[in-house]
Formats: sequence, C-alpha cells, structure tokens
Amino acid sequence: MLETTDAVANRDTETDAVQAPEQAHAGYEPDQQQPFDTSESLAMENETVKLEVKDLNLYYGQDRALKNISLQIPEKKVTAFIGPSGCGKSTLLRCFNRMNDLVDSCRIDGEILLDGDDIYAPGVDAAELRRQVGMVFQKPNPFPKSIYENVAYGLRLQGVKSKRVLDTVVENSLRGAALWDEVKDRLHDNAFGLSGGQQQRLVIARAIAIEPEVILLDEPASALDPISTLKIEELIYELKDKYTIVIVTHNMQQAARVSDYTAFMYMGDLIEFGDTDTLFTNPAKKKTEDYITGRYG
Amino acid sequence: MKNWFKSGAPWIWLNGGAVALCIVMVVGLLGLIAIRGFGHFWPADIMQTTIVDKAGVGKAILGEKVRSETIPAAVARDGGYEIGDDVELVTRYLVKEGNRDVSARDFNWYLGIGMGEWEYPENAVSIERREWGNFYGFPQQLLENGAVIASLGEETFWQELSERVERSLDIHSDISHIEKGAIGRINHKLERIRLDKRRLELQGADAATMAAAEAEFAARRAELDAQYVEVKAERDALYKLLERDTLIATVASGREVKIPLQNIVRVTRPNAMGVFGKMGQYVERFWEFLSDEPREANTEGGIFPAIFGTVTMVLVMSIIVTPFGVLAAIYLREYAKQGPVLRLIRISVYNLAGVPSIVYGVFGLGFFVYILGGSLDELFYPESLPAPTFGTPGLFWASLTLALLTLPVVIVSTEEGLSRIPTTIRQGSLALGATKAETLWKVVVPLATPAMMTGLILAIARAAGEVAPLMLVGVVKLAPSLPIDGNYPYLHLDQKIMHLGFHIYDVGFQSPNVEAARPLVYATALTLVLLIIVLNLTAIRIRNSLREKYRSASD
Repeated sequence: MLETTDAVANRDTETDAVQAPEQAHAGYEPDQQQPFDTSESLAMENETVKLEVKDLNLYYGQDRALKNISLQIPEKKVTAFIGPSGCGKSTLLRCFNRMNDLVDSCRIDGEILLDGDDIYAPGVDAAELRRQVGMVFQKPNPFPKSIYENVAYGLRLQGVKSKRVLDTVVENSLRGAALWDEVKDRLHDNAFGLSGGQQQRLVIARAIAIEPEVILLDEPASALDPISTLKIEELIYELKDKYTIVIVTHNMQQAARVSDYTAFMYMGDLIEFGDTDTLFTNPAKKKTEDYITGRYG
Repeated sequence: MKNWFKSGAPWIWLNGGAVALCIVMVVGLLGLIAIRGFGHFWPADIMQTTIVDKAGVGKAILGEKVRSETIPAAVARDGGYEIGDDVELVTRYLVKEGNRDVSARDFNWYLGIGMGEWEYPENAVSIERREWGNFYGFPQQLLENGAVIASLGEETFWQELSERVERSLDIHSDISHIEKGAIGRINHKLERIRLDKRRLELQGADAATMAAAEAEFAARRAELDAQYVEVKAERDALYKLLERDTLIATVASGREVKIPLQNIVRVTRPNAMGVFGKMGQYVERFWEFLSDEPREANTEGGIFPAIFGTVTMVLVMSIIVTPFGVLAAIYLREYAKQGPVLRLIRISVYNLAGVPSIVYGVFGLGFFVYILGGSLDELFYPESLPAPTFGTPGLFWASLTLALLTLPVVIVSTEEGLSRIPTTIRQGSLALGATKAETLWKVVVPLATPAMMTGLILAIARAAGEVAPLMLVGVVKLAPSLPIDGNYPYLHLDQKIMHLGFHIYDVGFQSPNVEAARPLVYATALTLVLLIIVLNLTAIRIRNSLREKYRSASD
C-alpha cells in the first residue's frame, strides 16, 4: 500500500520490460464461431498490444451478454466501442477493470490479458488491478469532498501523506485534465460547486492522479453540453500520448473524431474491429454498414 | 356533483382537514400544558373574606383562589347547604389556604353563597416553608433570640424581614455546600478505605501485608476523621446561627404562629406588588423550579435532578445506540448476503420497534441488571458485595435499555441512508483502487451521516419521553445526588437517577397532596417537552450542517 508516485512510475517501466511484443499474438487461434475474424483486423502489426481479450463469454444469470469476444487493444491509442444500446459494449469495458465483480449474478469465462497476464487469474487483487486500469463513468461522480481531496483520494488510499507530493500530483493531474486554470483558486471548495463538464474533467484528473496504464471511458460526454463535450474530446486526444484509452460511446461522430481503432458490437457479438478510418469508410460487414449509415440503432 | 368529485376538490378538502385537525390537536395540547405550566409561577393575590358554614358558624378565610366552578344548586342542597328554591346555579371556589400545621387541609372548597365581600389586604403574605407547605397570614413581629427587633407597622419591618430571610438562605446554602462537598468527599474516601481493605481480605493477603495495610488505612482514616470533626464543627456552628431569628405571624382566625426563619424559603406580599414586582417574582420562582431540588415529597421546590438525570441518560443512550445501530445497519446493507435469512433478521429488527416498552423494562431488569450486572459485580466489585454496585438498577442500565429500545429506529434510518447513496459514487471510489471497506469508510458512511442523525433524532425523541421501562431499570422518585460529581470516577453510571417523565407520574399520581401537585405536573410536562425540543433542535442543526456539507451528492 505504501507506494509513492515514484513507485507507480517504476512499476510502469518494469511491466514494459516484462512484456514481449510477440507474446500478444502467440498461440492464438481465432474461433470459427466468431462472427468477426480478428486475424484480418490486425492492420496493427506495428502496435504493441496492451489488452487482449480471448474467447470471452459473460453471463448475467442465464443470459449470455457477451459471446465469444476476442480482440486486441493497442497501447497508447484510443479504441472506441460503438453499437446500439444493450449490445454489451459497456459490459465489455467493465470487464477490463473487473467492475462486473460487483454484480452477484455475473459469471465470466475466457481470458483478458493485461500486458500478457490474465486479470481474472486467481490471486489477482481487483483493487490493485483498478489502480492500473482507471475508469471514468457516464455521469460525473465526484466525491463529496473538496476538489483537492477528490484528486488526492487515490494517492491517500495508497498511503501517500507528504503534502509536497500530494500538492505536486494534484496540480499535475488537474493540468493534465485541462482543469487547473479554472480551479486553481478554489482547490479547497466542494467539488459539487463545479459545472457538469468541469466535474467530468475533475473525475478524469482523479483517475490520472494515480498514473494508471489504461483509462476506460464509459460514455464520458453523454451527459454534457456540446462545449464540454468538445473539451473532453480534446483532452482524450492529449491523453493518448501517455495512456491506453478505451472509450464507449453512442455517438458515432465522436468515435470517428477521437479514436484510432473502433469495434462495432451488436447483441453481445463483436461484429467488426479495425482501424477507425477503414471501419467508417469501408466496413467489411453489412451490419456495420447498416449501423453507421443509421439504418438501425 | 360528479364533476366536483372529478376535480379532486373533495380530496384536497379531506387532506387539508386532516392536517388542520392535527394542528389543532398539537397546538391545543401544547397550549394547555404551556398555560397551566407557566401560570403556576405567577404570584396570585391573597384574598380575605368570611363565610358562614352549614352549622351557622362564621369563619375567616385567607388564601389564593385556585379556581371556581358553577354547579347546580340541587347538588349543593344534597350536600346539606340551605339554598333558596329560586336559585338554580351556585358558584363554588377552591381556595388554597395553606397552613397545614394549623388547619387540617390546605385546599378547601367554599360555596359563593354566604360568602362576604372579598378583600385583598396589603399586609397579607404567603410564605414558602421548608416544611408544612405554604403559610398565609399577617406577620406581626420579628424576634432575634427571643427579643423583638421590629413589629408590623414600623418602617423598617419589611426591609428587616427580607434581609434576615436572605441571611438564613445564605447560611442554608453554605451548610448544603459543606454537606454535599466536604462531608460527601470524606464519606466517599472512608468508603474507599473500607473497600480497599475488603479487597485485600478477598485477595487473601498474608498477615504481614494485612498488618501494614491496616496501619496505613488506620492513618488515613484518622486523618479523615480529624477532617470530619473539623468540618462538622463548622457546620454545627452554622446551624446554631440559623436558629437566631423567628417570625411571629397571625393566621386568618387571629391565632398566633411562630415560624423560625430557617424554615422560610421565600416571603411574598403579592397584594402590595405591582406588575413588575410580580414579574421579577415570576422569573425567580421559575428559575428556582428549574435549578432547585425537590422538597416535600416532590410537591414543592424544583426539578433540577430530574432534568439533569434525563439529559445524562439520553446522552449516554445516544453514545451507546449510535455505534451499535450504525455498525449493524452497515453490515445488513453492505455485507450480508441478501436472502431469506437477512429478510427475516430485518423483519425482526423492524418489529422490535413495536414491542411494548415495558417488555424492554422487564428484559432490562432480568438480563442487564440481574445477570449482567450481577456478574460484573462478582468480577470487578467483589469487595462491596453484598451491597450491589452494578447489580442494581441504575443510570447505565436505564441507558442501555433505552438504547435497545431505540436501536431499530437507528438501524432503519441508517439503512435507508446507505441505500440512497448513488452507486456511481461507490464505483468511482472502487475504480480508483479502493477496496470495499475503504470505499465504505471514506465515501459512503460520511455521506450517510445525515441519515444516521435522523435516526438519532428519532431515538432521542422516543427515549426522552419513555417512562415505563425506566421505572424498572434505574429511575427513582428521589435521588438528590447527581450522577456526575467531583468524586472519582466523576460519571457514576451505577447511580440511580431521577427522570422528568417519571417525575410527572410520581407527582401527579403518587403524591399525597393532589391539589398542590397539579400545577407541578403541567410545569414538569412543559419542561420535558421543551427539553426534548432543545435536544432535537440541536441534533437537527448538526444534521442540517452535515447535509449542507454533502449537498448535491444525493441528487
């Protein structure tokens, strides 16, 4: 628990060292049942794979919410999940930081590898995992604390007490989330005093304060006005230099604007996955084409 | 007509009517208590008149008119009064004549018929005494050691009287200070020496240790004895001083009465007082009621020990019930596996709130006092056995019983509060790498504090007004020593306490003098209501400031 920011940074380099690029592809045979063959998709030969999903099935009780999903998410890129409501894209996103653990009836088989290690393996600490895989939700959810304490929350959990370290991290995180200039004079005011868009950027600052490797964004702009949405999108663009970003969105224009790779999901199936330009301009599947041209969804 | 029904107007009237009825009842109840309670302290004028009774004997009356009522003449005739046939209604008056030492009864009914003119003589006084209740009459002479100092009519008389009453009150307060302070402390230390010795005996100390300890105890005891002699001499001297003055006064019938000044608490001359004088008197009496100890089987004096006991008990109860209730609620809501067992537990807890409170009293007496308290005594206080320390009803058991009684309220409202915390906030914390426990203690529980305060407010309101179980587990009619004092361990959880609710019952229904006690019942009830309001307002203020702090989190 006593990890300082330096320790977090060290861990970054360590995991990089452990990770071998070829490991991501090794020994993987695409499933014939799968509607989309990932082997085609890898127009990402020169990408490092950060997260890899292998034959993932997810059940809520008797319902099968995700069906044989396999895909690879490249490092330091933005990957978007699109699809109609209820298609399982948020569910899939929540698998990456094991948020589904909180749902009693939820059962998973298959593997999800983060840097080659199965995050569902026995002995993996979910809290530890969530420090590496941060998440931002649809509705801004700041804590009922001051702006400063919101950002410092994750560090305090890790036992960081030094005011100097906290001050530095809070400032850097708020700068990283493009919020510093707006709140620097009222760091100790209640976070609820901020506007919706500011709250959402605060939540992002809170997530990057603990220096995760992956940031999951679950429809981060859907509750915001167009100007705030624009700011969030610009922020995502900047963040991808340092973090692997996975974003779920309803808004296809948004996916087209911010993402490098896009996955289209429908009824629990992964229909198509590829780089965003190709998927939007020249989709391989009829369903994808129908969806992005607005025939349903 | 049908349209009128459809418009919803009858419903609005019905709902409005229900609210109006509630308001009328609440305002009526509080109004009645307030008027009767506050009215008690107003110094009433003293009336003087004469009446010819049934036997044709004339009698002088002097006292306060308490109330009057109109009764049919026939009823009075049946009572043996001679009333003309043309009279249908007669008025009768209840007069407080006091002087229980002179005449048998201090409250008497008199028929208006046959009563002379009412006068309000300026020199009539009402004297509050330490025994025999109030005195009504005319003071005549003031004696010092048997020699006349001043007589009625002399200019200095009233001045002299009030100064000397003041002096005796001062001496009284000095004496009670000595008795409660110094002598109480000495007794406490002597008792501790006895207990120390007994403890050594119980531990089976050998003869040598025993002898050494014995010598030390003897030395300590001798020192305390010496102190006691000194203090006692001081006190006796004060008692001697008290005996100096005497007041000679006549009652309505003209008979002379000697009243030692040390028996007098207050002399008032209401007929000679203006409105402002009466107001001053009113405030003084009201303050005495709040700050003094009861006298004369609780029918006179104040209720301070009862107020203090009630507040202490409620505070101790809050300290016990809050952590228990909150922890239980957190387990039920956050950790326990939802299912039939949990549902059963929850239903049981909710139903505890509906168990008659006397049942809690019996349980408290049987389990807490006898079993728990008895075991505690054997374990920790064997030296004072057979006299029980915790094996007898007392403050702690009363508070614990009330805590049990109010536990469901705290659990239910805390659970409600926890269930209202948005999941998004919990997920936000979990997504930052917090464990479930960290999320609970750092985010969820602070957000639920207003709900916990709501539970506590309800618990306080219920506990402060509860009487029935308390009679069994620690509340008594008279316990003039307070549960908090200067002797170690300062808060005496084993002590019996007085309680406002029980005081109302005791004064109202167990009192030998119903008429004298009646206004005290209202005044005590008023104090209890005010006390509960004050406790609640405090808790509500705390809750509101908490709500303000976590303002829009529950949107």
